[in-house]
Amino acid sequence: MTSTRLSLATVLWIVGIAVVFVGAWKVYVEVSDISRFVLPAPDDVGLALVDILGEARTWHHLRVTLTEIVLGFAAAVTVGVIVGTVLGELPAVERVVNPYLIVLQVLPKVAIIPLLLLWMGFGPSAKILIAAVFAFFPMTAGTRAGIRSVEPGNLDLAATLQMSRWKRLWLIELRAALPSILTGMEVAIVLATVGAVVSEYLAGGEGLGWLAVVNLNQLQVDNLFAVIVLLCALGIVLYVAVAALRRWLVPWHPSATQRPPGV
Amino acid sequence: MGPSGCGKTTLLRVLGGLTAPSGGAVVADGRAVWSEGRADRQALTQLAMVFQEANLLPWFSVVDNIALPLRLRGVPRAERRAEAARLCELVGIAGFEDHRPHALSVGMRHRAALARALVESPRVLLLDEPFAALDAITRETMNLELERIWLARPCTAVLVTHAISEAVFLADRVVSLSARPARVLAITDVPFLRPRPLDLQHEQDFQGLVRGVRSYLTAAQGG
Repeated sequence: MTSTRLSLATVLWIVGIAVVFVGAWKVYVEVSDISRFVLPAPDDVGLALVDILGEARTWHHLRVTLTEIVLGFAAAVTVGVIVGTVLGELPAVERVVNPYLIVLQVLPKVAIIPLLLLWMGFGPSAKILIAAVFAFFPMTAGTRAGIRSVEPGNLDLAATLQMSRWKRLWLIELRAALPSILTGMEVAIVLATVGAVVSEYLAGGEGLGWLAVVNLNQLQVDNLFAVIVLLCALGIVLYVAVAALRRWLVPWHPSATQRPPGV
Repeated sequence: MGPSGCGKTTLLRVLGGLTAPSGGAVVADGRAVWSEGRADRQALTQLAMVFQEANLLPWFSVVDNIALPLRLRGVPRAERRAEAARLCELVGIAGFEDHRPHALSVGMRHRAALARALVESPRVLLLDEPFAALDAITRETMNLELERIWLARPCTAVLVTHAISEAVFLADRVVSLSARPARVLAITDVPFLRPRPLDLQHEQDFQGLVRGVRSYLTAAQGG
């Protein structure tokens, strides 16, 4: 089996690039006349991060954003897998529904956020819905592609064993679709994060997105950077958690023995 | 046996209830497999099929793959796993029950596929070039194994193959088909007693039968 552990050299490269990036940032801030309101030094951002992590309200905002992302993602996974399965199983339905799905998919989701906020209010439910809308399409596409990717030989097997449609779906098609569903989930968790944060930018009084806008309005740019770092960390943790599901759910698939990018 | 593209696999799929025939009838044990374009479920329970690819489900362990037909019939888990384990023993993959198919060699996967086909003790076993993907040595071993397993669990077996000596070695009767559209050219009876040793293939009687079948097929391809 291919080793999936990061070698020391790889770790050194990853850390080295980060150190060079932060070093270059620091040098640029020191030698140029750039205003601290435009680009604070990395050490100031570090101090701001420690500061905001010490405040209880930061953890409250983090919890709010995390809840919106997780609930929106869960809704998208549930609905996306059901819709993707129906489309994959019933080509006649797919032919009718597909044009509408394409229209919804190409529609810039950011453009309909104000509409959703108008209809659902500025509370958490609107943000959960927006996160779900962002994450829905990769889930549907991943599931549909997975259901369609079943080996013809496995379908022959199902036929000779006289499997009912439901048995075939449960024992063969959904399991064969899992690697593709997981790929959809890896994209969906990132988009759910984007959806939740963008909707917080636009409305309401809670969440890390809102906190970022507040810091911007108060010109506390080092705090704004600290919130961005926090959002990055949150995104990475969520992505890694979803990517880790692969080894647990599809250990039989080649993709489970390859380390996902960035993990 | 028959030239490539003559419809051997199609014929086997018709026998196995996978492809509806355009005409004619398939009768297994007095029961029509096809009626009005639909496969008869009851008749199909008597049949089992082994494909060119092992077609094991990669997400199930070997034992769960073999026990799959029993699972569909509602046999309790412990009981079906015990039966599948017995089959693992029979086909020579004991010790690999809990491995997933990707951890097995190609030959072992075919053994598992054979075990899955035999788990419900079918009356008719349909084999569609089951060892075509194997190397020559493994294929010989598998032919011997197939005979041994078949002797332990006898049933009617229909084997599609491209290899003449394999057909003569394994079969009681070799049916030679013409090129498309396939017609039965000849039915050759194979009189050798079982179990048949590999060395049988070097004997004159054996080679005479092989030459006979080859001459039908050569004529079929020429015409």
